[in-house]
Amino acid sequence: MQRILAGDATLIETVVLSLQVSGTALLLSTLIGIPLGAFMGLTRFPGRRLMTALLYTGMGFPPVVVGLFVYLLLSRSGPLGQLNWPFLPALFTPGAMILAQTIIAFPLVAGFTMAAVMGVDPHLRQQIQALGATPWQSTLTLLSEARVGVVVSVIAGFGGIISEVGAVMLVGGNIEHKTRVLTTAIVLETRKGNFGLAIALGLVLLSLAFLTNLAMLQLQGRTFDP
Amino acid sequence: MSQPVYRLQGVTKVYPTPSGQERCVLQVEDLRIFRSEILALVGPSGAGKSTLLRLLNFLEPPTQGTIHFLGQPFSPDREMPLALRRRVTTVFQRPALLNRSVWENVRYGLRLRGEGNARERIQAALELVGLRELADQSARQLSGGEAQRAALARALVLEPDVLLLDEPTANLDPYNVGLIEDVVRRTNQERGATVVLVTHNVFQARRLAHRVALLLEGRIIEVAGVEDFFERPCDPRTGAFVRGEMIY
Repeated sequence: MQRILAGDATLIETVVLSLQVSGTALLLSTLIGIPLGAFMGLTRFPGRRLMTALLYTGMGFPPVVVGLFVYLLLSRSGPLGQLNWPFLPALFTPGAMILAQTIIAFPLVAGFTMAAVMGVDPHLRQQIQALGATPWQSTLTLLSEARVGVVVSVIAGFGGIISEVGAVMLVGGNIEHKTRVLTTAIVLETRKGNFGLAIALGLVLLSLAFLTNLAMLQLQGRTFDP
Repeated sequence: MSQPVYRLQGVTKVYPTPSGQERCVLQVEDLRIFRSEILALVGPSGAGKSTLLRLLNFLEPPTQGTIHFLGQPFSPDREMPLALRRRVTTVFQRPALLNRSVWENVRYGLRLRGEGNARERIQAALELVGLRELADQSARQLSGGEAQRAALARALVLEPDVLLLDEPTANLDPYNVGLIEDVVRRTNQERGATVVLVTHNVFQARRLAHRVALLLEGRIIEVAGVEDFFERPCDPRTGAFVRGEMIY
């Protein structure tokens, strides 16, 4: 606890990396998940039921399975690891952790966004089109009307990744000064018997989650359409 | 008669049924709607009146045929340009308002057009429908009649050339019916807006319309001036409908 209160450099580094990894993963998940959820909620197309079933399955994906999947993909003998593409992250880097967390979070964001958009009064869409909305303006308005649910989708995505340990442990490796985040540090300190530090790190994690959710809740009262 | 605003030629609308078959809900051989007239579309439920209104607002294309609006064709393979589409708007039977204030609801269509700062127009529209006092109230707190008047205000603030009304006074009390009818009449007389009114209420059609059209099973049975339609109908089915003898 003294290390936390004293602003220990290693601890700050761990907190910052946690926020960087989960924040970037959440941003990517939001950029993918909200348009995907809006598309699936507002359009009818062949195979939509299958896609919905896949999306709902993705919402319940165990993080450790996602970690295993990304690990096998990115490992040197894996299908992507052999390619050596510059934009593909290597294993045991923050990039690999971001990739894994994005895969965990985007189905949550997309699934909850889809449900939120589908919950908007079905007459509203036709009526705003009758007022002269373009398809793009119509989609933005419906997302804005569903903003409570859309923000909840982002919160659910954030909750799913800030607290997960299985995937980041597998693909990050919990390397000090490189890939150690709050959850993996808690696991390590617990195993070492440093329960006090583990609890203190847990409190830091809870505080971060609380403050972030508080900030996101502010968005529910705002409108975003043209 | 003045110039036609709309001309419909060979227009059909077909929807698929859940059993995988097709059902033709509208078949209009030839219909003209003239500038500054009030045309009432009457007929039983399921006659195709609301479908025709959706086509006139370009919300969906016809399956076959062409709708000419101000000379511009709208057909299965030709969309209506946005600028022309925005000269038409609809007030629906059940108003769906945004979860915002009454003011923001009325402002919405103007914002879509990049004219969200036109405060005077919003105030005038709210004044016209008697909602000025409720401008800051949440639209979700309005009564049924107030919500319909707000929906009318958000349409009128756009100063449309064509106002489409789909059963706008169904289930409203006499005060709101009278107020809405008065606003529609004034919009037609003072601004010269063309109005197409879908209604079950033949008395309302008689009070408001210049011409009346009867739709049955997707087809227009008769179109006539209001006096001829009610006093001297050409088709016996029109007479039966007007006298309330038609069973549907």
